[in-house]
Amino acid sequence: MKEIRIHARAGQGAITTASLLGYAYFLKGSCPYAFPSFGAARMGAPMNAFVRVDSKPVRLRSQIYEPDYLIIVDHTLMRGYNCFSGLKEDGIAIINGKEEQVQIPKVKPKQKVFVVPANDIALKHIGRPLGNTALLGAFCAATGELSLDDLNSAIKHRFAAKLQEGNIKAAQEGFDFVTHKTKEKVR
Amino acid sequence: MKELLEGSMAVAEIVKLCKPGVISAYPITPQTHIVEDLAQIVADGRLNAQFVNVESEHSAASVVLGAVAAGVRAYTATSSQGLFYMAEVLYNIAGMRLPVIMTTAARAISAPINIWNDHQDVVSLRDAGWIQFHAEDVQEAVDLHLIAYRLGEDKSIMLPVMVCMDGFVLTHGLETVDMPTQEQVDKFLPSYKAPYKLDIENPLTLGPLVDPEYYTEARYALNQTHKEALALIPKLTAEFAKLFGRTYNGLVEGYQLKDAEKVIVAMGSVCGTIKEVIDELRSKGKKAGLLKITCLRPFPINEIYDALKNIPKVAVVDRALSVGSFAPLAAEVKAVFFGKTKKPQNISSFVVGLGGRDITKDSIKEIFRLLNGKEKQTEFIDLKPELLKESYD
Repeated sequence: MKEIRIHARAGQGAITTASLLGYAYFLKGSCPYAFPSFGAARMGAPMNAFVRVDSKPVRLRSQIYEPDYLIIVDHTLMRGYNCFSGLKEDGIAIINGKEEQVQIPKVKPKQKVFVVPANDIALKHIGRPLGNTALLGAFCAATGELSLDDLNSAIKHRFAAKLQEGNIKAAQEGFDFVTHKTKEKVR
Repeated sequence: MKELLEGSMAVAEIVKLCKPGVISAYPITPQTHIVEDLAQIVADGRLNAQFVNVESEHSAASVVLGAVAAGVRAYTATSSQGLFYMAEVLYNIAGMRLPVIMTTAARAISAPINIWNDHQDVVSLRDAGWIQFHAEDVQEAVDLHLIAYRLGEDKSIMLPVMVCMDGFVLTHGLETVDMPTQEQVDKFLPSYKAPYKLDIENPLTLGPLVDPEYYTEARYALNQTHKEALALIPKLTAEFAKLFGRTYNGLVEGYQLKDAEKVIVAMGSVCGTIKEVIDELRSKGKKAGLLKITCLRPFPINEIYDALKNIPKVAVVDRALSVGSFAPLAAEVKAVFFGKTKKPQNISSFVVGLGGRDITKDSIKEIFRLLNGKEKQTEFIDLKPELLKESYD
């Protein structure tokens, strides 16, 4: 079983992110359970979305406290709240932001953190600062859980026409960004 | 066909396949997505139904009452305060013997305002005369709607049925659902032919003033029909299993009960988490089990007795209160065993997950652990004592 926790503010598309992720897993033949948890029910309030995925139907209904993977859609949430709480020893975090903006907490030796300028990528391809698909592209590259094709199929299922095109490009660039970063590190 | 669907959308799809002629609802979190989706389905012409927009839940319930009274299959959905606002109409629907089907996204009750999941709304309406099903997951919620229409519209029953699904946890959760085809649904659920209806050719009064000469008998008959529903439900679920390949008992479901020494009794989505914990405990040789109550009304007294009579320690998990008394489900499970010779040594009562407080595996493990001690009465799990200090300064 893999557990993914998404940190965002209401209105930033975290539920769409979770459902795209869930759908990509579903197409692969896995059994996802994707669900949100709202705080104050209004735009801008911190909220979580979760994806729990397994080879058999997921029965566990609690929130996710020890995620394998983290997606932080809004890095300003890290100021007042420990988004990294419970991240697994070898967990991977994807943060939306620019390196110079984001204060990455001290992580454990095997944990990996990728800071991806997903909003910039989204502005370029979608025209709005909604970095979710770029982050998901980065997620695919960073975790190897899903191929970019899996993700693209989910994007095609969800979006049509121009929106689909832009989101696929954003996912690609997010994917490439992390692939490039990883290669840099290996060198 | 297997699809990944949000619980609300899955319910909207199955309702569409049941072909109600009238849908009326007023939006309330976390039920809103269901009626939004249905409104879209009707607007898109995918379902030939009248979607009646109303100004309140009281009117929504009244519209579906009227629709079924006129011989038309109808559907509504609500939650929490909306359910309470419907309350007087709901008792009328049951008393007038009208098979309205309603989804309730189970949610906490104000005050304080809380939009999250527990069972206070639906459990509070347990005496309304409605049959009440509780779903564990989205698939079961979908399937229970089909069973609900068949059951409610059965000529020997003619009762409204409420399908309860946990707000957010199921209504907003995406899960793999095996959605039946229209052909399959049509085979299981024939079109509604009302045995009585408002008809100008054959005038009829529904829900008239009934003096003390007759009232008791009307209520007695209602109560009797609930008993008859207990016998019919397993027959319908057996028929359902043949057509759809999914087996439900429809009343209760046992999980690892056979040699169990400690058993939790619960309703709704928390049963999934409990099953996970049971598997963990079993792998360590601990004999834990679950009795899931699918049907709260009618209350399956005999099935509960048979399932638990040889279990030494039982924990009843309530996600609602009967303020000032025993927790509601616990009181009823205890009543099953009052005066019986064969019975659990202890029936402990726990309250958990009120107003959306997360129920973790640890919460469930704590309940199993507490069964080692003396019988617990209305013990709150995951309570934060530091929040209970009173101060008006």
